[in-house]
Amino acid sequence: MINLTIDGREIQAEEGSTILQAARNNGIEIPTLCYHDELTASGACRLCSVEIKKGTRTRIVTSCIYQVEEGLTVTTHSERVMNVRRLVLQLLMARCPTSEVIRELADKMGVEPQERFQPDEDKGKCILCRQCVEVCEQVVGVSAIGFLNRGADKSVGTPFMEPSGVCIGCGACAYVCPTGHIEMSENESGNERTIWGKSFKMVACKECGRYFAPQEQLEYIGTKTGVPLDKLYTCVNCR
Amino acid sequence: MARINNLQDLNKRREQGMASLFPSKTKVMVGEATCGLATGAGLVHKALAEEIEKQKLDIMLRKTGCIGMCYREPLVDVIEPNRPRLTYSRLTPKNVPAFLNQVLEGNHKSKKPYCRIDEDVFIGNGETRRYFSGALPDDLGEVSPMSEIDFYEKQVRIATRNCGYLDPDNIDEYIARGGYFSLRKALSSMQPEEIIEEVIKAGLRGRGGGGFPTGYKWQSCRRAHGEVKYVICNGDEGDPGAYMDRSIMEGDPHSVIEGMIIGAYAIGAHEGYIYVRDEYPFAVNALSLAISQARECGLLGENILDSGFSFDIQIGKGAGAFVCGESTALMASLEGRAGEPRAKYVHTVEHGLKDRPTNLNNVETWANVPVIVGRGSEWFSEIGIENNAGTKVFSLVGNIRNVGLIEVPMGITLREIIYDIGGGTPKGKQFKAVQTGGPSGGCIPKDMLDFPVSYDELSKAGSMMGSGGMIVMDETSCMVDVARYFLRFLESESCGKCVPCREGVYRMRQILDDICVGRGREGDVELLESMSEAIIDGSLCALGGSAPNPVLSTIKSFRDEYDAHIRDKKCPAGVCKELA
Amino acid sequence: MNEVSISEDAVKTIVEKYHGEKSALISILQDVQKEYAFLSKDALNLLSQEMEIPLSSVYEVSTFYNSFSLVPRGRHVIEVCAGTACHVKGGPKLRSRLETELNLECGETTEDRMFTLEEVRCLGCCSLAPVVKVDGDIHAYLEEDKIPGILKNYRNERRQSGEN
Repeated sequence: MINLTIDGREIQAEEGSTILQAARNNGIEIPTLCYHDELTASGACRLCSVEIKKGTRTRIVTSCIYQVEEGLTVTTHSERVMNVRRLVLQLLMARCPTSEVIRELADKMGVEPQERFQPDEDKGKCILCRQCVEVCEQVVGVSAIGFLNRGADKSVGTPFMEPSGVCIGCGACAYVCPTGHIEMSENESGNERTIWGKSFKMVACKECGRYFAPQEQLEYIGTKTGVPLDKLYTCVNCR
Repeated sequence: MARINNLQDLNKRREQGMASLFPSKTKVMVGEATCGLATGAGLVHKALAEEIEKQKLDIMLRKTGCIGMCYREPLVDVIEPNRPRLTYSRLTPKNVPAFLNQVLEGNHKSKKPYCRIDEDVFIGNGETRRYFSGALPDDLGEVSPMSEIDFYEKQVRIATRNCGYLDPDNIDEYIARGGYFSLRKALSSMQPEEIIEEVIKAGLRGRGGGGFPTGYKWQSCRRAHGEVKYVICNGDEGDPGAYMDRSIMEGDPHSVIEGMIIGAYAIGAHEGYIYVRDEYPFAVNALSLAISQARECGLLGENILDSGFSFDIQIGKGAGAFVCGESTALMASLEGRAGEPRAKYVHTVEHGLKDRPTNLNNVETWANVPVIVGRGSEWFSEIGIENNAGTKVFSLVGNIRNVGLIEVPMGITLREIIYDIGGGTPKGKQFKAVQTGGPSGGCIPKDMLDFPVSYDELSKAGSMMGSGGMIVMDETSCMVDVARYFLRFLESESCGKCVPCREGVYRMRQILDDICVGRGREGDVELLESMSEAIIDGSLCALGGSAPNPVLSTIKSFRDEYDAHIRDKKCPAGVCKELA
Repeated sequence: MNEVSISEDAVKTIVEKYHGEKSALISILQDVQKEYAFLSKDALNLLSQEMEIPLSSVYEVSTFYNSFSLVPRGRHVIEVCAGTACHVKGGPKLRSRLETELNLECGETTEDRMFTLEEVRCLGCCSLAPVVKVDGDIHAYLEEDKIPGILKNYRNERRQSGEN
């Protein structure tokens, strides 16, 4: 076990764990936006920044990636850290003025919009947290969506912004998106789902008749797991 | 090309190289690095070749790299047996026939030499070779020695020791000037740890701008866990205004290769990469040729110089992304991915390329290594100043008389560089600032020119030494416009991964745009300053982390210009078109 | 310019040259672009299949780096250097003049597909500022008024070569 100090409290943490994990395991709150337990931490949003001190040197690091070290002193709400978080939220509010999630988070942290930043109108609610791309690549394994361009023009989408040949319509990206930017819709009868510009025929559960998953998704699961397709035509509730 | 297995073979090639460097017949050398070619050196070469062919003259025609005097290009050198080497400047294809005639006739009727070199000093091994014996020929009394002209007097050329002196396509000439003897010394008589000790004692620091002690970096990499390790040369030179690395890669590619082999041996790596930016095709060519020659000679590949050590180098190419100058982004690029940096809490010497221990150094850093091994750490450490040993190559450009590539001992002052070497600002315009450190640096005003150039000192002047780009600005530059220029650059080069850089630099740029068109507001400067702090602290990598520097530096030293733009809606330098 | 059809064999040869190494994707894309003057949808799809890299990754790399173009570029690519030295020595004026003469904005291609105008930072010819590069040729110490003549030369070159 590693001994470190967080906000004046002496904490013990497992070697290889991150400051964020150590803090959360001890009831110490550090805000995050792009962090997800099941996905590789990217350090993209910087909201989880903390101030660390080793010897005489202090640094601002992202707690989602920085691993605990013996004798480390961590401050989760120093002035420098609050300045970073404030700017990040102000920048995100300007980038995604229609995002309620960001506005609420800012309100909760007492951050006002920076009126000198003119709100963007073309980014929707996407904060580029990267979770959708990561879940599609790491958990689902099809990499249907990815990043395009760089800098402020960076965005997420399917190649050429056209319906993807490999998307299985599982909706994991929409589920994981923190702001609800990714649109996934179903038609009235529920037998068709549309996401990223592609429409999927939904399969009805053999037992209860509810439309629960796209055909492509079940085929994909069948291929990956070897489970015969007809066994997959039962929804989670009926299993 | 025959394989070089031992000292005897090396000496044989050295002799061949000497015969080429100091030939028994007249040799004409044209400076053909990118700049030379851009000013017409290629056409001059062609005209010379045609005339030589036409008159069936027994003259050797060769090319060479950038000797640094870019403001006098195209440069053509004439080396006649037992005569000083003569440099002619600004030759044109039209001059060529008359020029060749005067060479044959032995006079200066059509073109006077710009300067002469009596003696070559091989920095690599300390040897000297005189071009002629006896007294200076009468007709050259008026011609200044190159070492005495203002541009060169204060220079000490270590990393650029061979640039402009040898044909980069000729490995024998490199060997003749001391090349590959350091490698031989290292492989045959030094242990890896000894080499690392030498580099530590020499005090070499990363010349890409970071200034991290090279020897310690090598040591960490050597000690890192893992069988497979890599060494990388960062040839991505993205700072606008900087071309030091390009000149070394084009003019003396073997110096980089030799440095890397020595480093790889010290660290325990068997594979190396030279990452060259896409905008440098001539550098890629020069390096490719040098690598294949080294392979033919057995200096790259299996069992180098019979030592049992094997090592080879591949070239990786950039594709137009400044951020790939950052080490983790560079490695991502070498892995075939987008150049997005990652946090460096775990150093690349532990987990770098393909997650393996990787030692990355800049071109100029590698070029210094053979000299340190050959001349010794003590010799090297005596050049420069405390904690800043050796020299630094700078590209001195912009509003300066003597534009070119210089190499000077650390500790020289900015004033000496700009006025003694550079000749000051031309056309009667007043000096205003010198920009150093590229987009990570700042602008140093007139009253801070007595700061010495070094890793540590220039930060006190509100900038940093950086990779070596030194852009002189006169009264026709608007410092607010300069800040905006750098923000626009960084905005377009940001990888876009982290919020502070992607969104923060964009917003800072928008505010600068406003200021430059007359929409600046009271409080903008304070806002820029507070945003800067958070962006410096919050960014994922050094691109964002240093992006605010040009803004902070110009606010610090040229606050009056900001005030004029914001309060009076005026641009004192007359640059910002929308303002008076 | 007609849509170029991608030869599967040509692309496969390029991939083989690099032993199909995923890490060589950038070099492979550069070679493909050199062959076809831009990266078409077909080319990217083919590469994704051949190299077994998700199309989204190939697409990401193609759009991340400045060197790549997903639309056909002009016959002649004009690169205005926007490096710092060029900036302080009149570079912006050259860019404006080129935009005026070609009737387009930086990043665009002329209607007749003759010229594409791009900004580049930096060419490393700082001692020759301000610099404009057209195809492989570097025009040093360029003065604004020389631009119409230079463009005319490239246009005439085209007519002489009898193409199109």
